[in-house]
Amino acid sequence: MSTATKERASGATPPPRRAGELTLGELLRFGWRQLTSMRTALILLLVLALAAVPGSIVPQEGVDALKTSNWKDAHPTLTPIYERLSLFDVYGSPWFAAIYILLMISLIGCIIPRTFHYWRGLRAVPPAAPRNLTRLPDSTSYTTDEDVAEVEERARRLLAKRGYRVRPARDGEDAVSAERGYLREAGNLVFHLSVVVVLVGFAVGSLLGYKGGVILLVGDDAGFTNRLTQYDDFVPGTLFGADQLDDFAFDVDSFDVDWLDSGPAQGQARGFVSHVSYVEGLDDAPTEYDLRVNHPLQIDDTEIFLIGHGYAPVITVRDGEGNEVYSGPTIFLPQSPDFLSFGVVKAADAQPGQIGLEGLFYPTFINVEGDPVNVMGEANNPTLSMQVYTGDLGLDQGQSQSVYVLDKADAELVTKADGSPFRLDLQEGQTETLPDGLGTVTFEGLERWNRIQISQTPGKEVALIGVCLALLGLLGSLFIRPRRVWLRARREGGSTLVEVAALDRSGGGDVGVVLQQLVADLRPGATPGHTPGADGAGPATTEEKTS
Amino acid sequence: MSDSAWEALSNQAVAAAGLVYFLALLAHLVEWSALRKVPVEAGARETTTVGAGGPAAPAYGASAEPAAGSEGPDHEHRIDLFGRIGFSLTVVAGLVHAVSLLARGMAADPNRVPWGNMYEFTLSGTFVVTLLYVVMRRRLGLSWMAPLVVGFVLVLLMVDVIWLYAPVSPLTEALNSPWLVIHVVSAVIATGAFSLGGICSVLYLLKERSITKGRESSTGYLSRVPSLAVLDRVSYRLHAFAFPVWTFAVLITGPIWAHQAWSNYWNWDPKEVWAFITWVVYAAYLHARSTAGWKGRNAAYLALLGTATLWFNFIGINFFSTTSQHSYAAPEPAPVVAEAPVLAGGA
Repeated sequence: MSTATKERASGATPPPRRAGELTLGELLRFGWRQLTSMRTALILLLVLALAAVPGSIVPQEGVDALKTSNWKDAHPTLTPIYERLSLFDVYGSPWFAAIYILLMISLIGCIIPRTFHYWRGLRAVPPAAPRNLTRLPDSTSYTTDEDVAEVEERARRLLAKRGYRVRPARDGEDAVSAERGYLREAGNLVFHLSVVVVLVGFAVGSLLGYKGGVILLVGDDAGFTNRLTQYDDFVPGTLFGADQLDDFAFDVDSFDVDWLDSGPAQGQARGFVSHVSYVEGLDDAPTEYDLRVNHPLQIDDTEIFLIGHGYAPVITVRDGEGNEVYSGPTIFLPQSPDFLSFGVVKAADAQPGQIGLEGLFYPTFINVEGDPVNVMGEANNPTLSMQVYTGDLGLDQGQSQSVYVLDKADAELVTKADGSPFRLDLQEGQTETLPDGLGTVTFEGLERWNRIQISQTPGKEVALIGVCLALLGLLGSLFIRPRRVWLRARREGGSTLVEVAALDRSGGGDVGVVLQQLVADLRPGATPGHTPGADGAGPATTEEKTS
Repeated sequence: MSDSAWEALSNQAVAAAGLVYFLALLAHLVEWSALRKVPVEAGARETTTVGAGGPAAPAYGASAEPAAGSEGPDHEHRIDLFGRIGFSLTVVAGLVHAVSLLARGMAADPNRVPWGNMYEFTLSGTFVVTLLYVVMRRRLGLSWMAPLVVGFVLVLLMVDVIWLYAPVSPLTEALNSPWLVIHVVSAVIATGAFSLGGICSVLYLLKERSITKGRESSTGYLSRVPSLAVLDRVSYRLHAFAFPVWTFAVLITGPIWAHQAWSNYWNWDPKEVWAFITWVVYAAYLHARSTAGWKGRNAAYLALLGTATLWFNFIGINFFSTTSQHSYAAPEPAPVVAEAPVLAGGA
């Protein structure tokens, strides 16, 4: 740039341009041409495929947050590098966005001119026949006794019947021209436009939608009211507004699980259903709904899904002074399909020291040679087996803590008199006294919880319609075969020589067969004539060439 | 019949199908080894020596038909006979294979479609490969493919029985949906057709190589395979058929079901990511053919890249990824130690 400016300033004559030197306008045009070229589109497609790979290898924040944080803990050196490269959020990263935005621009830059081109071509009559039909890759000829006009007339009628657009007969033209398959390009354009539609729908969903989750106790009358504060976790889209939340409330009245008591999947849940009652608005009468996997409940724009379930043992902790310092159903998270579950209890106000419990819940506990084993997910012999911690549970530091994790950094494990860890083993209804006068723990009973996912996905219909249109367009662009057919007849000797040629315009078709068929129909009983180049080529009777 | 009787029938049918496939393979091998004594007819050979750019191609699908040889009509008759025996045995094996699928579905309580886990899925997938081959054999002139297809199906069946076998068990809750039929059937059909297309592309590359190296003989298997142009076109047609089906499976029915079962129509789950990658690669293949004029070798490489991603997604992801909700391959679902409670099961 600087040399160009200097030269322009120094002389009155236009500066000589070096090879490859471009003005800004030319550069832009060059760039645009490059971007919208087919080759670039192809490369961008492959780059997009390649760019999607890391997201399936590196754990993703949006897919599995816990796994991601575990991975980060395990790889302290790689983590900062990966974070800088947005490898934990590949599909939301700037470089991934750059690829698909470039692809979109390339696509649109490709569609618009093609649409105009197509619009003009749509009404065009088929072009006149080339002078020498037999030079075309797919051509054939035959002789007949009919006269020229007769042959041409029949060809026009046959081609029109087959869906060809036939060029009107004009003076001075001695051939029949026909073309078909105009809709292929339309299919192509529809497909490409639909890709844009799908992306718009997808973008609307991720910008305006949200998803949130909540764990609800079965039979708890407090239920759920659709307010932000009621969610356990909430992931809004960038443009989400709290006023989008629909007005409704629901309770989980009861919950049924159908357990498998035989077969290879014994002990797992076969089916489960939540009986919920919900109110739309604020003071309507409640409506019942059986919430199951694959059968979400739709209220206005919001959908409610049953995602998981588990046990919540009711645990009561009394401290050394006999005061009740913790009581209630405690949510235990399943660790395996047999619902062996993990949970934590924190009693911060206990005296003389804080009490923390951490351990497992066995729905059907049996003792196999001293080892605790869980037989199945159904609660046939519910048993708690927990370790006890006391001291500082990190609850007073004002930092927020997960209710499912016990901070044991400054706490000490409670031991028996002989120094071995004290284990609290409780069956339903039992109470056990803790060592060192810490208090007692009671396993009062068992409740169940459901994990409910609540989400809005605006634009999902747009995306769906887009994909369906894309499929329709795709079918058109793959299976409609555009081709041109020409026929010329002239008197030669005592008979009429008819030359027929066809041109495939899709690149995937074999017009040789079409040509054969056409000739056969034009003149029943006709023998295909000689074709240049095919003489003596053995059994190959079809004249097909690839170009 | 009791469920366990159905299950036993299914297992026996799989074994029987494997045996008949093996016999079919033997018959085809006899056919092809006999063919080695018969040079490809001069005219037909001339066309096969021409590269993709030349004037080309023997008649459609006719090139693999046994040509009249110097060994006389007896020999020709034997080739023809074994070809027919091989194909008939393939059809029989396919029927027995179908019986094994049916019995597998009847063995479950309640009865269901036989593709609830990896073993059943592979059983169905190989059946579809056979079915597509049998149905399209005449239309696309695929008789030259016989030993490859039968061998492919036989090997996959053996892998399936040896490493992937799982006893019949009921579906997990998330799989219990009509979309199991629509989504999986379309995915299996597309996988079968893509695989057949991939076989064509491999042969294209092998044949092209032997031609450019000047090693082609007039009697080997490659000389019986259709000309490069025909291979290229058959491959394209199989891919062009499979691609819309794959689009339907991966981008329409998959998201609809995912939305119902998991509340998100697109989760960037590893299986979804790789299905998407496969889709993009095959889209690039079709795009390259229709606009950039890529044919022949480059197109074949792209098609094989697609086949690789397809099969990696089908088998690989199930074993390499633990986060996938599509983890039906794992004999025991991986323990979930998660902040989010255990999910409703994987599809």
